[in-house]
Amino acid sequence: MNPLAWLPTLPGLPFAGQLINLCAAIMLLLAFAMLAQRRIVTLINLFALQGAVLCLSTAIVALSTGQSHLWGSALITLLLKVILLPWILHRLVHKLSVKWDVETLFNIPTTMLVGIGLVIIAFNVAQPISEFAGTITRATIGIALACVMLAFLMMITRSKAVPQVVGFMSMENGLFFAATSATYGMPMVIELGVALDVLVGMVVFGVFFFQIREKFDSLDIRHLEEKTKQE
Amino acid sequence: MSLYAFATQLLTQLLELLIALALAPLLGGWVNVCRARLQKRCPPPLLLPYHNLLKLFRKDVLLAHNASSLFRVAPYLIFSCMALAAALVPTLSTELLFAPAADAIALVGLFALARVFIALAGMDVGTAFGSLGARREMLIGFLAEPALLMVFFTASIISGSTSLATIVGTLAHHEFAIYPSLAFAGVAFTMVSLAENGRVPVDNPTTHLELTMIHEAMILEYSGRHLALIEWAASLKLFAYSCLGIALFFPFGIAESTGPGALAVAGVFLVGKLAVGGFVLALIETLNAKMRVFRTPEFLGTAFLLAVLAILVHLLLEGGR
Repeated sequence: MNPLAWLPTLPGLPFAGQLINLCAAIMLLLAFAMLAQRRIVTLINLFALQGAVLCLSTAIVALSTGQSHLWGSALITLLLKVILLPWILHRLVHKLSVKWDVETLFNIPTTMLVGIGLVIIAFNVAQPISEFAGTITRATIGIALACVMLAFLMMITRSKAVPQVVGFMSMENGLFFAATSATYGMPMVIELGVALDVLVGMVVFGVFFFQIREKFDSLDIRHLEEKTKQE
Repeated sequence: MSLYAFATQLLTQLLELLIALALAPLLGGWVNVCRARLQKRCPPPLLLPYHNLLKLFRKDVLLAHNASSLFRVAPYLIFSCMALAAALVPTLSTELLFAPAADAIALVGLFALARVFIALAGMDVGTAFGSLGARREMLIGFLAEPALLMVFFTASIISGSTSLATIVGTLAHHEFAIYPSLAFAGVAFTMVSLAENGRVPVDNPTTHLELTMIHEAMILEYSGRHLALIEWAASLKLFAYSCLGIALFFPFGIAESTGPGALAVAGVFLVGKLAVGGFVLALIETLNAKMRVFRTPEFLGTAFLLAVLAILVHLLLEGGR
């Protein structure tokens, strides 16, 4: 018996599909905004915003399809990715006093162009998958995949530790969105497990940041490479 | 086409051209008034641009000794390009005589032609500031043009035609639907038009500091009626861009016929929308600071990115409807 079955459903919600598409488009836009963002505090705020849009789109899917377990997913997203993780990240940035400009490896227009290429690849890869899916959100699989790849690109192009972790978290956002759009979300057990993993990962990263900084006086992970070369 | 239809379309076309020529300086004046009010300054008179134009037309033309004939021809060419561009944009009605002759791509070409001539004229006399302004103008132009074309392509894919009249007709009549692609294209278009018209994040139209000038630096050598024509052309360009934005993204209220009643209603809608648009422009200019010249590639790269995303999102989410 589903404990969340009492929550409201509106099967004939007008424009539901279009609203979900709009959320998907905003997710993609935010992924690009994060890719281009230099400042660390704004980056964390953008990450929180992406979580909020993800929460909203999950709630719309739950409302329009009657998949009441999705309300649970939306709630987890809200608590974890909109409130808790950004709060931890803000605290970390404050404690490490790393409010400096984020330095990127490539210049930003080049990164953006590479990002457009990735989006095209993701859309093409997702085309056959979305033809088999029977959900009202199937068109957004391509966008979810693009978000994952853009977050991956962000992890590659950044050399500081905090933006890389934000990229990792944002990749999880994309995966979550892909699961919602392809199959109306994963089973609750898996979702809870993933959420817990991300939270634990965040705590581990937090400890790790302090260790890196104590060792090298900087959060630039290129120092780690030099260290391994020396040994 | 019957003779009657031809005559009414010709009349509508001429009316549109006249309205563009008459209202363009007023739009510039309105933006200045709004901006002064938002910045808590005492606003200049609304009709100041007309007085300026009149004053400049009365004055003598001073030419540099080494100015070639191109320098003298350029203002007329630029002015006619901009007047034609303003006439091509469907502002009052979609039933225009010129509509089948030129589409959105030709419009971008017209803007490019004017830009080439103003840059050549800027370099013609050979002063340092002239060529500096011309180079910056070309830098901005070559980055803004692809983004503008992509915006037009998005609207063309949605409506299935590159003709501006067809695009506006289609967009004004489809049933209500949320188009994320049009929202992206709208933001991209706003960024491009800010750059193309020398507005604040890219260029400051009221600057007196030569080192930061772009548009002003090119026309430093002009005087008298030449300067008047160029200033009028600049305000026509702003008018054409505003009307394009209105036509593509807020097309409701445009007339589909050439009847005088429908045209009058469309005229009222147009003036109202232009007033709101001018206020929004003043708001953008007040809220933003001018960015460094070498940041503009980033700004326009973002506009291009948004425009490409608009096409991709349309193809994926809206199924190429």
